[in-house]
Order: sequence, then C-alpha cells, then structure tokens
Amino acid sequence: MNNIRNFSIIAHIDHGKSTLADRLIQFTGIVEDRNFQDQILDNMDIERERGITIKSQVVSLPYRAKDGLDYTLNLIDTPGHVDFSYEVSRSLASCEGVLLLIDAAQGVQAQTLANLYLAMEHNLEIIIVINKIDLPSADVGRVIEQIESELGLDATDHLECSAKMAIGIEEILEAIVTRVPPPQGDPEAPLAALIFDAKYDSFRGTVIHCRIFNGTVKAGDVIRFFYNNASYRVEEVGHFLLQREKRESLGTGDVGYIIAGVKTVSDVRTGDTITLENRPCVKPLPGFKEVKPVVFASIYPIAADDYSDLSDSLDKFKLNDASFIYEKDSSAALGQGFRCGFLGLLHLDIVQERLEREFDLSIIISVPSVRFRFTLKDGTAFFVDNPAHYPDQLSIMKSEEPYIRAALMLPERYMGVVMKLCMEKRGVNSTLNYPSPGRAELTYEMPLAEVIFDFYDRFKSITQGYGSFDYDIIDYRESSLVLLDILVNGEKVDALSQIVHRERARSRGLQACERLKEEIPKQMFKIAIQGAIGGEVISRTTISAFRKDVIAKCYGGDISRKRKLLEKQKKGKKRMKMIGNVSIPQSAFLSVLKSDTE
Amino acid sequence: MLSPGLYIHIPFCLSKCPYCGFYSTTDSSLIEGYLAALCREMDYYQNWTEPFDTFYIGGGTPSVLTARQMERLVADARRAFVIAEGAEITVETNPADTTIAFMQVLYQTGVNRISIGVQSFNDDLLTFLGRRHRAGQAEAAVKSAREAGFENISIDLLYGIPGQDIRVWEETLQQAVALHPEHLSCYQLTVEGGTPLAQAVSKGMIVLPDENLQADFFFRTAELLEKAGYHQYEVSNFSFPGRESRHNQKYWNHSPYLGLGPSAHSFSGCERRWNRAAVATYSEELTAGRLPVAEREALDPEKLRMEALFLGFRTRRGICLEEFRVRYGQDLLKEKKIAIDQLITGGFVELSCGFLKPTRRGMAVADSLALI
Repeated sequence: MNNIRNFSIIAHIDHGKSTLADRLIQFTGIVEDRNFQDQILDNMDIERERGITIKSQVVSLPYRAKDGLDYTLNLIDTPGHVDFSYEVSRSLASCEGVLLLIDAAQGVQAQTLANLYLAMEHNLEIIIVINKIDLPSADVGRVIEQIESELGLDATDHLECSAKMAIGIEEILEAIVTRVPPPQGDPEAPLAALIFDAKYDSFRGTVIHCRIFNGTVKAGDVIRFFYNNASYRVEEVGHFLLQREKRESLGTGDVGYIIAGVKTVSDVRTGDTITLENRPCVKPLPGFKEVKPVVFASIYPIAADDYSDLSDSLDKFKLNDASFIYEKDSSAALGQGFRCGFLGLLHLDIVQERLEREFDLSIIISVPSVRFRFTLKDGTAFFVDNPAHYPDQLSIMKSEEPYIRAALMLPERYMGVVMKLCMEKRGVNSTLNYPSPGRAELTYEMPLAEVIFDFYDRFKSITQGYGSFDYDIIDYRESSLVLLDILVNGEKVDALSQIVHRERARSRGLQACERLKEEIPKQMFKIAIQGAIGGEVISRTTISAFRKDVIAKCYGGDISRKRKLLEKQKKGKKRMKMIGNVSIPQSAFLSVLKSDTE
Repeated sequence: MLSPGLYIHIPFCLSKCPYCGFYSTTDSSLIEGYLAALCREMDYYQNWTEPFDTFYIGGGTPSVLTARQMERLVADARRAFVIAEGAEITVETNPADTTIAFMQVLYQTGVNRISIGVQSFNDDLLTFLGRRHRAGQAEAAVKSAREAGFENISIDLLYGIPGQDIRVWEETLQQAVALHPEHLSCYQLTVEGGTPLAQAVSKGMIVLPDENLQADFFFRTAELLEKAGYHQYEVSNFSFPGRESRHNQKYWNHSPYLGLGPSAHSFSGCERRWNRAAVATYSEELTAGRLPVAEREALDPEKLRMEALFLGFRTRRGICLEEFRVRYGQDLLKEKKIAIDQLITGGFVELSCGFLKPTRRGMAVADSLALI
C-alpha cells in the first residue's frame, strides 16, 4: 500500500495530456517501443478520429524510483472536455494526486480552472506541470504568474516538461512518488471498493473498474453491491497494464478490475460501493455528485423492429456512461423510443455515434420536450411532456411551464452577452453579485423549455468556456402556450411538433420550415412543409421536385458502376424515415430545434 | 433463351474530346499491335459456339482504322465466331472519317448499321466540344452512308451544352430529322470526373445549365422527335419502329454479351467482367498467355434485381412482371406494392398488360424509380 500512487492528469483540451500519458507509459517500459501507438490510451475509434479522450482508462505503471524501491503508479486517464466533468469527477475520487498540466504557450485556460476546482473539491495533492516548453512561444514566467494570480496556487515547486520531446519525464515520475501521498485505508477492515467505471464484455460479463479503499478482494470471494444487495462470486481480479492482467488479489489502495460474471448489466452502478457478502462494511463510500443533464432529446430506432435492440444497447451503454439518463418515450410518427438527458451537445453527438458504431443501430434523435402542466376548464389538471398529448385548446383554462433558477458564474467581461442570451430565453434576472474581483455570479429565473436544447452550449461558447452553469427546477408558472404542428405534404409529423410560448410560435414555425427545407433533399414528389397552430397555417415552404436524374448513357460498361452508386443510395435511404412518401433524414428532426446561432 | 451480343472496342481517337471520360489513346502506331492482340483474345474463345445475332464495333473512334484494317477485323471476327444470318452489325464513326469509300468497304464486309457521332450541327458548339468536324461534314457523312447502301443510320447528338439555347437545340433536332436517320441518340452532356470539362466546371470557368433547364431539354426533345415519327424506346434513344438498336437493347434486357478489346465489358447472365483499359497492358497480358481481365464480379440475386430494375425502367417496354418473377424470384407487385402504387399515382409508371412501364416523366427519373 505504501508503494502505490494513484494519480490523474488534468488539463485544458490539447494541452498535452495524452502525449504525456504516452511518455509515462513508454518510460516505465510496459510496452515495447515497437508496439507503441501514439495516444495509446485513446483506443476507441471515435477518440482517435476526433483527437479527444472520451472514456476513463487506467494503466498501472511499474516504476523503480531513485530511492531504489519499486512503486506502482496508477494513472487514471480522464476526458478533458467540458461535457465530461462528471467522468473526471469519478476518476478523481479514486486518486490521491493530480498532475495539473498547463501549456507553456497558451497558459491557464478555462478547463485548467474547472478541473482544478474539481481536484480541490476532492482534496487532492496538486503537482503543477508546465508542458510544451519546447515551443518557441513558450513563456514559463508568464504561466507562473497566471498560476499564482488566477489559480491562487503556489508555483514554487512546479515542474517543467516537454511531453513531445520526452523532456522532464523522469522528474515527473519522481514527483509522483515523493509528493502524492500513498493511499490511506485499513487492510483489515471490511472490503469497501468504489466502482468508478465498468465495461461489458460479452464473454465475461461486466468488467468492474474499482478502487479499493479498505480491505482486500480475491477470486472466490462473494461480493455484494450496496445499490441493490445483489451478490456475485468473484471469478478474477487484476490490474490494468495496457491489457487486463490477472492478480491473486487486490489490496487496500489498489486500482484494478473485478470480474464476477455479472450479466445483469443494471446491477453495476458506477459510484456504488462493493463489499463482501459475509463481512460487509457498515456504510457505503461517499458517491459522487449526481449528474444534471442540460440537454434533452429523444432517441428512436429507425425501424420499429429494432426497439428491443435499442433498449438492450442503452442498458449496456449506460454501464460505461453513467451520466447518460434515459426513460421510455413515444411518438405517433416515430413509434416507441426513449427520452434522454445529456451533459451537452458534444455528449449527445458522441452518444449517437457510439450507439451507431458500437451497437450498429440506426437511430433518429428528435425534438424533446419539457413537462408542461395544463388545467382544464372542468378543473382537472395533468402533465404533458409529449406534444401528441396536448389537450384541446378550447378546453384549457390554464397552462404552465416549469421554471428553473439558473446559477451562472462567469468572468465579468462576458456579462453583457450572457444577459442578452438569458433575456432571449425569456429569463428574468434575480440576483447579481461579485464573489471575487472580475468574477460575476448571476441568477436568472428562466423557463426550462428555453434551456433544454442549446442554451448550455451557447453559454459556454459566448463565455469562451469560462462560464459555469448549474440549475434547479423551482416551480411551475403560468405561461401562454400553444401547440406548433409541422405538416409534411399535409401529414402531421408529431415528432416535429413543439409546445411553444405563444410569442415564439410564429418565428419558431418559420424557422422550422426553413430548417426542414435545408435538411430534406429534393425528391420525386413536390414537398409542402407547413407550420400550423390549431389548424391555422402560420408558415409554409415548398421543396420542388427534381424532374430528372443524371442518366444519359447506360451501356455495357456503365452498368456495374451505376449499380454500385444506386446500392449506396439505397443504403442511404434506409437511414431516412418515411413520412408518407417523403424521405426525411435523421438530421432534419434535430435541426428543427436549432435556434439561429452565431 | 436470350441470345448474346458481340462487342469489340477500338480505343483509338485522333483527338481527345474534353468531355469524354472513356479511355482512348491518340497513338495510332499501336493499332497494328492492338489488332494482333485482339486476334489472340479471340483465340481464347475457340470453344464459344453460340451464334451472335448482334455485333457492335465501338470506341474510341473505330473509324480511325483504315478500310483494310476494318475489313481484317470483321473477317477475323467472322472466322472466330458465328455471326448469325441477319445479325445487326454496327460500326461507330466520326463524321470526318465517314467518306463514301470507307462506307463502301464497310458495307461490303456486311456491316449494316452506322452510328455517326454528330453531336451538333452548330459549328460554335462543335468547337466548344472539341470535335474535329464541322456541321457540313456531318450532313455529308449521312449522305455518304446512304449512297454506300446503308439503310440503318443512327446519329448521336448532345444537349445541355453551356451556352446552348433551347432554340438552338430545337434547330439541331430539325436539321437531324431532315436527314431522315432511322435512329437518334440524344444525350445530356455529363461531366465525367478527371476530364478537362470537369476541371473547368470546378474552377467556375464553365457553368452548366441548371437542372430545370436540363429537364426542359429532355422533355422538349422527346416531344419534337415523337412528332417527327420517332419512338422514344429508351431514355436517350429514339427510332422508327423496328429500327431500335438491337445490340444496345441487350444491355437493358439483361441479355448476355461478350466484349473484346481493351476496357471491354462482358456479362454472362450472372457474372460481369471487364478487360484492362490500357492498350499496352491489354496486349502484354495476352502475350503472356493470360486473359486480359481487370476485374470480375459475381452477381447475387439482389444485385441482379437491382440491375433489372434500373435497366428496365430506362426503356419504354418497361419491366415484364412475370419475367421478373421467374428470372429474379421476386413478385414486384406484391413485395413493393406501396411504392409502386405511389409511383402510379404520381404518374411515373403505368401498369399495362403485365408490364410496369415508365411514362416519359418516369423515364426522366429512372434511377430513382429503381430505388423502390
């Protein structure tokens, strides 16, 4: 236990986290240089393609320090993007220290700050590492100044390195050994292990990633989950090098995996505590902050037959993305689906891609809704979150929508644009104060409906990443609501319907029509798109039919090529939803809600 | 049983048109070597006994061969294969090469159909298209062919050329019709990747007519030619009754065909294959004792069905539902009922005597029809 160090690297995006991780791995020699692949921890295709880390990964690095002793340094790699602060939090809960990595040319950035706050919340030892000192524009002096003034940290013991040129790597490893405290915990106490991640392996069941806080666990033990008291016999435990490696047991302070044949995916909950069946610990370990989704949308399978596949896949997916929230939903046009909560638009994007790639699903992500409350003239009151259940307009006595209190923290210089954004979203300013010089804290009361889609991303964008947003649902307030329907060739597409504020209805209607015109490709038949409220058409646009394919010649030598082209087009068509005789691509459903940005 | 067609490809041109995406070479010193290689390829098919009832010599520009070379080629083909009595034998020519002497030699060898690459009767457009003949030569070519005895003449024309007013096109059609060809092929100018035309378009130097105008050209052409007694039997092909290109029809009704020469395509009924494109490589393979096949593809029922659909919808004859069911194992009316009903209601297709026939509007979007 004294020879274990659990640490993480936190940094703003592109400050060199992955490269530094690569160098640490290379230095400790757990992979031969010829097997080395850059950004080796980014092994998900999406990660490599986009150059971002999505999932947390653990690597146990064996290191012989200058004092001659052998140590195990557990590196818990974390995502750097703002959408994934929940994932960062989970990993940090298993660490005792962090390397706070700062780009010597760029200096302290928004994520540096955000991640630092997270690390401080977890009371971690912070080792400041200034990276990219090889760049001509590197200005270590300025960075030190920033660290002291903006971060309020003492920068005297900072380290400098160039991950790219492999300079300063050994010093970093030494600092981890000497400055990050060894894990505390009682090996004799009952087992208390924190689940910080999990992956589903179709042969072995769920592979549980955990940090042992107290006690030990080995194959043959029967463990119990605090969450639902489900118990399982442990088949195997081990460490992560670049692959899983079996071990006799995992002890206090260790980070590793447990395989216990858990096929019921929902039994494993990240943040939960694992203990022993015959000698349980009394209280579970503190979990982490519950995630608050800020973007909501609904997911439907393109083919109704795929519903159960989608359901299974979401269960499995949730396993290693605990921040993803979902519940059943339905739509007349799109059938059975799920209403989901995401941590931001990037999160939504990634979830869609992962579902399609890892589970081979064709899905539509569509317009979501908040829960409105209607009181009818006869006195009955009920909630409606599906526009398809919107009551008859004439019978409505009162309509209400949920309001949130939004707590916005931002550098003072962005106040103007943020206030403008909130006003645009029908927000009412309730408080304003300055917790520290240059920092403003605003609270606004806003309708949740105005916030659900792209408020968060726009907020982040206009504050250049420095703004932070949190919210609580406060109450329902009376609001003048109407149902905006979209008709395609006279057929109502309920998946495109929105319950909107009366003042917004006309502009939303126009916007929806324009967006659809951009997204829906020309077809053999003319397409009339209309926005309507209560039967009255308030906006319309037409997509003309194409009259001719490019088909001039088709002789012997053209047939194979043409067939391949048509096969491809046919495949593309399958990914679209047919409404009547109109093929509507996935993107159209989501585009309808996008407001005019930038 | 569908009888096969024979195709020989002559990949030589005197000059390369800027819009053409086909492989051809201007190096006429390679012709003799090519002809010898062609003979070697024919030798491979010693065991081919089935008679061909169509024989098509295309290119490139077949008419860059000398009369003697043409004679030899046709004689070699007759020696190697059985060309049926009454077979349709077509040769493509460039108007500048269609001299009376050349035509007479061709006629003597038994060629009975000439396809002349006129493209336009407007000299400005001919210059733009990079063609090496002028309008006057086109008219003379048709006359020469007639004089030599040909009673089955086809003219190729292009529309949708940048700067071509629809009125200019109508004049072109009138001029063509005045020559009484038995057959006309009218093509929309298509931008093929890798051509000088494609480059000019991507640089914005040339602007093609928009899709609406293109559609106008298509429909106006059909209207005008039908009035003049021609029947639009395929998207781009018009003829007097009984004067359809029997060879080309084989492509559209999934008949088998054997293609010889560089880049020539063959279809066996369940497999497609095509030869190496470059003359040099084609010859080398044959010298080395190998068939100069570049690629093969086996077609499963699904692929065959897709082909039958897009090929069938190009022709006025349309798709015979019973034939389709027997040959490809799918009852279209049953399995694609909803889509077909939509097409009929939309006026793209009509059901008549067991055939699913495209209307003119349907032919214009033949590819999209095939996506049902």
